[in-house]
Amino acid sequence: MINLAGRDIMHAWGKFIFTGVGLGLLIGVTLSMAGIYRGMVDDAKALLDNSGADLWVVQKDTIGPYAEPSSVYDDTWRSIRGIQGVIRTANVTYLTMQVHQGERDVRAMITGIMHSELGTPGWPPYLIAGRQITRSHYEAVVDITTGFKIGDRLQIRRNHYSVVGLTKRMVSSSGDPMVFIPLKDAQEAQFLKDNDAILQQRRRTSQNLAFKQPGVFEAVIASQNTNPYVNAILVQIESNHNAEEVAKTIRRWKRLTVHTRSQMEEILVGKLIATSAKQIGMFLVILSIVSSAIVAFIIYTLTLGKIREIAVLKLIGTRNRTIINLIMQQAIALGVIGFVVGKITATLVMAPIFPKYVLLEPLDSVWGFIAVIVICVLSSIFAIRTALKVDPAEAIGG
Amino acid sequence: MSGKGIHIEALQKRYGSGDTAVDALKRVDMQVAPGEVVGLIGPSGSGKSTLLKCLGAVIEPTAGRMVLGGEVIYDDGWKVKDLRALRRDKIGFIFQAPYLIPFLDVTDNVALLPMLAGTPNAKARSKARDLLNALDVNHRAQAIPSQLSGGEQQRVAIARGLVNRPPVILADEPTAPLDSERALAVIRILNDMAGKFETAIIVVTHDEKIIPTFKRIYHIRDGVTYEETGEGRRNLREKFKLS
Repeated sequence: MINLAGRDIMHAWGKFIFTGVGLGLLIGVTLSMAGIYRGMVDDAKALLDNSGADLWVVQKDTIGPYAEPSSVYDDTWRSIRGIQGVIRTANVTYLTMQVHQGERDVRAMITGIMHSELGTPGWPPYLIAGRQITRSHYEAVVDITTGFKIGDRLQIRRNHYSVVGLTKRMVSSSGDPMVFIPLKDAQEAQFLKDNDAILQQRRRTSQNLAFKQPGVFEAVIASQNTNPYVNAILVQIESNHNAEEVAKTIRRWKRLTVHTRSQMEEILVGKLIATSAKQIGMFLVILSIVSSAIVAFIIYTLTLGKIREIAVLKLIGTRNRTIINLIMQQAIALGVIGFVVGKITATLVMAPIFPKYVLLEPLDSVWGFIAVIVICVLSSIFAIRTALKVDPAEAIGG
Repeated sequence: MSGKGIHIEALQKRYGSGDTAVDALKRVDMQVAPGEVVGLIGPSGSGKSTLLKCLGAVIEPTAGRMVLGGEVIYDDGWKVKDLRALRRDKIGFIFQAPYLIPFLDVTDNVALLPMLAGTPNAKARSKARDLLNALDVNHRAQAIPSQLSGGEQQRVAIARGLVNRPPVILADEPTAPLDSERALAVIRILNDMAGKFETAIIVVTHDEKIIPTFKRIYHIRDGVTYEETGEGRRNLREKFKLS
């Protein structure tokens, strides 16, 4: 038996291909949306992976340092280091802000890391060019997506930094590239005021009678210009110790909140990017509905254009099954063309130019393909119903 | 007359019921022998199309008896379960417009019917080519319908109607879109094929050019048929070399 659907497609292949391409662009946007969500989750996991921590010690009753503000004294890390099972600890600060280079500025997550050795939690685990920070001040390692190069001079608040190393895939949970600077500089940058504000503050402090005692005024001024806080303490534990057990000990003795890796993932994916994920989910649903409506409309229109032929086919004894196959195979072929075009568009066009990381998972593509085929089959039902209602007598007229 | 061919007796068709009922066919009696081509003429609204639809097993008559190719298909109710198979195997259709499938080439337009009946593709195409040869359109076998002239399309449509060797062919104004020469050529082909394949053919027509070419004509008016014969018609048939 002849494949009627195939012959019809080959007869009007131009129309069919163009229709498929149009549908494909829509599918491409849908796949990209899924990829953006995956990218956000991957960014969040990359942030955790790159920190090199097993535990995050943060301000009590907060879900910091990424999802909420958190302040912990910067000397707490020493006492945590002494807890059994802890192998390394390091202070870390995070601050998202604009980093300037001349006229240009880039939104980045400034990460303050302790002056130590490679492998210290918080340090970029690998570089693609240059070296790690070796000086205590005014050096920076940047993610390559910032666009900065080794030797560039960056401005963060009032201070300038030299780029000494480039790293890759170091991003915040919202996809902002990371800029690593020494911890002391980062602590200063968090609360650094302009000269006018400092002058104003000193004047107000000097007018406070309570501070007009020998040594007090100088002590208050000094406390106002230093920042003894960090956002979190990153903890690495020995491989033969259970992370939850160590976390329990820290919670009990230090009166701080401790998140394990799985809890941190839950916070980042379940809370921090939850709203974005819902927005993307809504877009996916809307795009799926629009795609279904378009496929249904296209297949319905193609079928209406063949009503007379269908009437003739029915009159000369064609089974309903053959007519259903004709329509459904065309719908599936349209879906396959659309998916191939959509996959190519998402992979080669949208993902490279999209300003956020787009992660196209093979399994998502498989589910996407299944969804497209199911949508096409369901969408062809209207057209099939119309075709089956065609009276063979229409071919005779009268 | 009974046996092969077409035998219709007291056929009726009523649309609707009660006060709004319309008797489209009040009494139709027709006999067409195998190998015979008869004309069916009548004004608009006389019941021609309704009769064709009943004969084509597309709509169910209200009463009467129909025998097609020796098989009783209706006797105050359908006597055949699979009307679709009946249409495919026993009845050939030729329409006013050729209504060829636009995305199939000429060979496959004709071969489609035997394929639908389960004939292997190669054999169905071979049958189609033989018939296209007989109808002198074999040279266009690979063309698609839009590449054919009107006359060629109608010959392909005739080939499609004949390919399953049905005992009955129903032709609905098959010459309407053709000029005199081509219209008469089509009638000649139908006569030749009717003789060759022992097929009973009913041609519904308004076409005055071809009316005189029929040996026998049935008139239908207000749902009632009656037969007309004539000497002049016989002379025309001789002029156009119709047996």
